[in-house]
Amino acid sequence: MIEKNLIIIGGGPAGLAAAKSAYDSGERDILILERENTLGGILNQCIHNGFGLHTFKEELTGPEYANRYVQQVLARNIEYKLGATVISVTNDKVITCVSEADGLVKYHAKAIILACGCRERPRGGINIAGSRCAGVFSAGTAQKLVNIDGYMVGKEVVILGSGDIGLIMARRMTFEGAKVKAVVELMPYSSGLNRNIVQCLKDFDIPLMFSHTVVDIKGKDRVESVVIAQVDEKLQPIMSTAQEIKCDTLLLSVGLLPENELAKFANVQLSNVTGGGVVDDKMMTNVEGIFQCGNVLHVHDLVDFVSEESELAGKCAVDYINNGKTESDYVELQTSGGVRYVVPQKISRKVDTGELKLKMRVANVFKNRRLVVEVDGEEIFSKKRPVVAPGEMETITLKADQLDKVSKGQSVVVCLKEV
Amino acid sequence: MSKIIIIGAGVVGSSIARELARYNADVLVLESANDVACGTSKANSGIVHAGFDAKPNTLKAKFNILGNAMFDRLSVELDFPFKRIGAMVLCFDEKDYPALEELYHKGEANGVKGLEILPGDKARELEPHISKEVVAVLRAPSSGIVGPYEMTIAFAENACVNGVEFLFNKKVTNVRKAEDMVVECADGTSYHADMVINCAGVFADEINNMACDKKMQIVARKGEYMLLDKTNGYLASHTLFQLPTKMGKGILVSPTTHGNILIGPTAHDMLDKENVSTTVDGLNEVYKMASMSVPELNKRMVITQFSGLRAHNVDGDFVIGESEVKGFYNVAGIESPGLTSAPAIGDYVAKDVAKIMNLESNPNFVPVREGIKQFSTMDDTQRAEIIKKNPLYGKVVCRCEVVTEGEIVDSINRPLGAKDLDGVKRRTRAGMGRCQSGFCTSRIMEILSRELGKDMTKITKFGGKSNVVIGRVKQ
Repeated sequence: MIEKNLIIIGGGPAGLAAAKSAYDSGERDILILERENTLGGILNQCIHNGFGLHTFKEELTGPEYANRYVQQVLARNIEYKLGATVISVTNDKVITCVSEADGLVKYHAKAIILACGCRERPRGGINIAGSRCAGVFSAGTAQKLVNIDGYMVGKEVVILGSGDIGLIMARRMTFEGAKVKAVVELMPYSSGLNRNIVQCLKDFDIPLMFSHTVVDIKGKDRVESVVIAQVDEKLQPIMSTAQEIKCDTLLLSVGLLPENELAKFANVQLSNVTGGGVVDDKMMTNVEGIFQCGNVLHVHDLVDFVSEESELAGKCAVDYINNGKTESDYVELQTSGGVRYVVPQKISRKVDTGELKLKMRVANVFKNRRLVVEVDGEEIFSKKRPVVAPGEMETITLKADQLDKVSKGQSVVVCLKEV
Repeated sequence: MSKIIIIGAGVVGSSIARELARYNADVLVLESANDVACGTSKANSGIVHAGFDAKPNTLKAKFNILGNAMFDRLSVELDFPFKRIGAMVLCFDEKDYPALEELYHKGEANGVKGLEILPGDKARELEPHISKEVVAVLRAPSSGIVGPYEMTIAFAENACVNGVEFLFNKKVTNVRKAEDMVVECADGTSYHADMVINCAGVFADEINNMACDKKMQIVARKGEYMLLDKTNGYLASHTLFQLPTKMGKGILVSPTTHGNILIGPTAHDMLDKENVSTTVDGLNEVYKMASMSVPELNKRMVITQFSGLRAHNVDGDFVIGESEVKGFYNVAGIESPGLTSAPAIGDYVAKDVAKIMNLESNPNFVPVREGIKQFSTMDDTQRAEIIKKNPLYGKVVCRCEVVTEGEIVDSINRPLGAKDLDGVKRRTRAGMGRCQSGFCTSRIMEILSRELGKDMTKITKFGGKSNVVIGRVKQ
């Protein structure tokens, strides 16, 4: 058993930012365990630009953004292992890790940050009927094959789901000479960023069909066509509207799911809404000393927010290593009125980080609303929002004086209200 | 040496091939797909039936009972997953109680041991998640579950190392009697044999009708399934049937040998014998009917769907025996309980053929086969040891099922090894988990490409034209 102060599982944007921040908070005994053969995580296959506008005030590609953090980790001489897959984590913070280089190694850590990212919802998860032939990919799988491995996955493409990776891949496939025939979205709105709809679809005249879904996949060996249909208000397909689109490829961008298998081993309490852990304002889960940040906690829209959240997690983990758990009285945050979730889900009675950022997603597209925080029915925060959409994460920053108004036993609600 | 050709490398053909390897004969298996277990054998319920459902005095009843009893030994000898977990037939209405009793008596007549009828409350003590509507169950402790493709692969591998030859992508277009039997394939090749054994599953009628005047009709009866994430494994510990109908054994809810929950199958007769697509209506039916047995089932926990085709003989029973054409032997209409019966059918057919052809026994036959070592089921000491021996076992390729590169390389390089993504998947479970190969597809393609010395663009999902990528990106 190898003892470590802090072990970070995952060397993607979340893990790197957490490591850097932990180091800068004074911790020197840090280990990053990364299962891939490079640091940087999924950013390495996101070769488009648009990253870093918040963090670095400039537009970077995914690999460039990742590299900024990789360089900071390298400069601090933080220890990391590549090709190292963690196969279990216990609630007493014992980690079992396997790798080609070191074999099976057990570690014990004073604090663990789970920064394992998320995975794509597969075809099976949305019950699309039809042939199980080749040519059906989740968008990220196709992105890796195209951007990392250098292989084209098809010539005529239909994309189901308007998540960001699907939108990005529509443009990417077009650049590579494929014809993207349609992007089909079940909901009446997109779950992707508006800028991606403009830059990836509109600029290339790719049709985006809302309230439609794929009802059949045809093809013997490889996809030959897909059948799409409009859906009613209950999201059930209206078969009289069915139309067949010839294509050899179907890409799926139908949602991301926090990868929380390790968290489950350690009995970390998970949220039914986010699929990630339930954390406090220090990003600590219900298991003392186990923290979460980034897409394993909740799926973010921008990596800049992942970095920000993870830096907080790194700092708080070091604080925990040095001082133990200092808080046990929590106020649970509730949501209502169109706010689907808020992270953190609970806050300490006394927040010592000065200010507190609440991240949230809404359940639908709303216009002319206010984001409101109420304490026992009294508004302590209100912010006008002309438009809110499920694809874009909303942030509320509560200042120290506003937080002073929150104490135990009170009901704190985050909600949307009419202007 | 006597020459024998087996048409079809499903569970029946593979089981017969393995049993025939006990004799001195030149055995060749011709398979139309790219791998073994590519038809009905890969897409079925994976149940080792107790035998209470088969009509007494039929071949189905006989081979079911014989087959069931062989699994404990065979699964150890050939190293494939099998668990004797027991089954329950759920009765939802007092009015149907007589039908449940009839099943009990049928089971007794067939020689099924340990059957008991339990009241609903007693059943819920054993299976707390079954519906409150259940008024009684028939419990059959001898029922079990098996990995159907693992079992087929095990038979085939063992046959192969004992000298049976397998050829793939050999679609048989004609079988005729000349001086000996001649089998012609779509690629222009033809093969001669003293005996041809027809194990062609849903196509067994077509093969029979090429060789024999006495025609046969096999209907492809589609069954659609849904597979749930392992986190739902707690929902059932027995195979849970509903009272059967004339189309089949109804929709079941069952654990799989790997801890998932399987629900299905539907039963719809198909004209197209290659149509294994799932349908919106079929999947809805599966979910709705399965929810009657276990109301807590959650559609969000489904990780994949698939369908398979039963080889239903319109005359009802299995057809096993030499046809009126000497040298042409049918093993046809092997629908449920076909998987259960397969070991017994293999044993019977091999002995029968050996008798007809006066075959001598093969003194060099090795009955034991060692499967791929599964990293995910090892303890940490075993894991540490195997990585020390072969560091590729330290490289986890499939995260969800924790499958290492060591296992994938073994699956490709062993006898009758995997040649495509589905072949790797069925042998190692890589890609069978909750992300359904989202992360590992490209990694497994690279390993296949490296081990087989094949370009990435030639790597397929399941042979034929199922290529995964179509070429390089612009340079």
